[in-house]
Amino acid sequence: MTLPLRVAPPLMFGSLRAFRLIERNLYVYRHGWIVIVSGFFEPLFYLLSIGFGLGQLVGTVPGPGGTEIPYQLFIAPALLASSSMNGAVTEATLNFFFKLKYQKTFESILSTPLSTADIALGELGWALIRGALYTGGFLVVMVALGLGVSAWLLLTLPAALLISFAFGAVGMAATSFMRTWQDFDLIQLVVLPMFLFSGTFYPLDAYPEPVRLLVQLTPLYHGVDLVRSLAVGVVGPSTVVHAAYLTVMGVLGLLIVSRRLDKLLLR
Amino acid sequence: MAGLSRVVEHRAVQYRRTFRSSVFTSFLSPVLFLTAMGLGLGGYVDASGDAVLGGLSYLEFLAPGLLAATVMQSAAFEATFPIIGGLNWQRTFHAMYATPLSPSDIALGNLVWMAIRMAMIASVFSAVIIVLGAAHSPLVVLGIPVAVLTGMAFAAPITAFSATQRTPNRFNVIFRFGITPLFLFSGTFFPIESLPDVLQPIAWLSPLWHGVDLTRGLVLGTVGQQPAQMVAHVVVLVAIVVVSTWATVRMIERRLIRG
Amino acid sequence: MPGSPESSLIHARGLTKRFGSFTAVDGVDFDVAPGEAFGFLGPNGAGKTSTMRMIGCVSPVTDGTLTVRGLDPRTDGPEIRARLGVVPQQDTLDTELTVRENLVLYGRYFGLPRAECGRRADELLGFAQLTERQNDEVEPLSGGMKRRLTIARALINQPDLLLLDEPTTGLDPQARHLLWDRLYRLKQRGVTLVLTTHYMDEAEQLCDRLVVMDKAKIVAEGSPRQLIDRYSTREVTELRFGPGVQERLDGQLDGLADRIEHLADRVLLYADDGEAVAVAAHERGLNPETVLVRRSTLEDVFLRLTGRSLVE
Repeated sequence: MTLPLRVAPPLMFGSLRAFRLIERNLYVYRHGWIVIVSGFFEPLFYLLSIGFGLGQLVGTVPGPGGTEIPYQLFIAPALLASSSMNGAVTEATLNFFFKLKYQKTFESILSTPLSTADIALGELGWALIRGALYTGGFLVVMVALGLGVSAWLLLTLPAALLISFAFGAVGMAATSFMRTWQDFDLIQLVVLPMFLFSGTFYPLDAYPEPVRLLVQLTPLYHGVDLVRSLAVGVVGPSTVVHAAYLTVMGVLGLLIVSRRLDKLLLR
Repeated sequence: MAGLSRVVEHRAVQYRRTFRSSVFTSFLSPVLFLTAMGLGLGGYVDASGDAVLGGLSYLEFLAPGLLAATVMQSAAFEATFPIIGGLNWQRTFHAMYATPLSPSDIALGNLVWMAIRMAMIASVFSAVIIVLGAAHSPLVVLGIPVAVLTGMAFAAPITAFSATQRTPNRFNVIFRFGITPLFLFSGTFFPIESLPDVLQPIAWLSPLWHGVDLTRGLVLGTVGQQPAQMVAHVVVLVAIVVVSTWATVRMIERRLIRG
Repeated sequence: MPGSPESSLIHARGLTKRFGSFTAVDGVDFDVAPGEAFGFLGPNGAGKTSTMRMIGCVSPVTDGTLTVRGLDPRTDGPEIRARLGVVPQQDTLDTELTVRENLVLYGRYFGLPRAECGRRADELLGFAQLTERQNDEVEPLSGGMKRRLTIARALINQPDLLLLDEPTTGLDPQARHLLWDRLYRLKQRGVTLVLTTHYMDEAEQLCDRLVVMDKAKIVAEGSPRQLIDRYSTREVTELRFGPGVQERLDGQLDGLADRIEHLADRVLLYADDGEAVAVAAHERGLNPETVLVRRSTLEDVFLRLTGRSLVE
């Protein structure tokens, strides 16, 4: 092999043309808006069932900073964070794979002035827009159910988008290595345990020390704790650490996916 | 009967190829769920000392409910994508119909295969319940067929519906507005007595609640305390399975004839 | 060979594409002039698609020179693609969109205003005879309709260069003739067509000039007529014998024609007067089951150049 010649423009992260990809998704979902709307209900059902139904049996749990908070207030931000993760991962894995391998959507797009970086950015932008819709809706529900206890709650919107960004970018990067649908079980193998064990449903105090340290390395833990500390209004240096962790993760993912798309599509 | 078993055989051979990936979704993930909710969150439930569970630990309360609910989820999946795949994507059902197999062989063979799959999942999950010490009665063994019956009360009607669909677009609605709410509100995670009073009768409409309550009675050995209610559960579930099995045969037949 | 980066629309010298140790295109030279219909003819795996993908700026050039409209695909990809229409070998239609949306949205990728995209989409729907299906989904369309939609989509940016990779493979004869007619109209309008094909009749119908590719190299170049004149005779006599007879001919046909090819199922005799060959064979006491006298085609040229027939 000679020099890795780039056919894409030298702009690392694409151009404004990426918006055309978002426009495409808007067209597609004009037919399937129910899919979008339905995504909003999943975390809501969980909040009502686990938060309010099961929450009656739990009472209070130690929240950020160690003060006891009602279980509903504990679980709601965690559901917001994990649904941001789930939404981004679904969009970035299954849907992205379908467009990449089966529909060859991107191949036809690359015959136009758009570049692979535009594609990565456009798809991620779409995942973020979807995420923002869900987050906004969920926040309204939280406030309506009396869970809006701090003005910092407003910042959970960008925080949730940061989670979508981080998981969306890494999800696309992972998908670019996938060969068959079977490989997606590996993604589930990572996502489900994170959803269940990253301090989403109960505080990390339940774990012995080594397990707790392990959990604190996972990205969802940072997402959950970030959103929860904002929702409860206990903000400190750790909040910044969480945000930095997720930002680095997202940027790395985006770098990898842009490279990989060049390799896969511009052969 | 012979034709039906050929269809089951076909599905079993297919399954051997995807077995690796199903290990996680059908066996491991319910166990993880049980661990996180039953043991992790359960610790906080038990510590709160609430009497609603009647002296049971949360794990003991949750495990039988999750057994039925897990089988339901797997049933819903098996009754959607593989069915639309056989009728529209790979069109294997049409290929079968070109042989001496009849539409009812194809419909019933698929339902029988789903029941076998559910029995596998229920068995593994029951073994985990026993290992965790959450089973109180030898009747736990009967929890397996009851969980399968519950699953079939979903698998059969959903298969009938899938046979009428040409794209998977509406499955999303079934999962999001059917399976997920049932999973969360049918007495699996908390007793339906904790629901607001107006909602409690609605639980009776949920096939999953019948399955959860019955499975819980068997696993915990309390089935004799409310015999009439338990019999009612069985009657409801069997009625759903019988009617929707008939519907499945009709729908598959219609699709195969129409092409 | 004439042509330069300035005078040619596409100019290639020593153009090479390697995938690891496999060489898909091995140092080919060609020029495409503005307004002509240029064809790459060759069997599957000859390197046609790789060449097309390099011209379309979606496959990096491994070695050699390639310019499209004087621009370098390595650095000016988006600019070249902005004026290019691409019809890939397999339809890459957006199955999540309707027929019309496929056209409109593709126009948007080129940065065209939405109203303009709509106007052009309506015009192209007419051109592709798809107006009645404009609000349908893509999936239920027939192969010919999908192909026409793909071509219409490639025209949304009003390209002056259209790349067509096996435009009619897999279509029934009626659909092929309709497509050929549409392509001919485009040519009349001055659009440069570059196409690959392994169908002789397609190359003869559509191409002003073509190159024959085999095993990553160009083995001949010229107009269909020139190639036939140069590498074949005016006519061909095809003799088909009963089972086992052909193997036992041993030189009984020698001297009957300028050149003789033994294929698995028949013998081809190349001569300017095919009838005379048939008569002479009969006079030698040979009794073939069928005799066919026809004009030479590009298939014969290919056979001559490579010793193999094109579609195996």
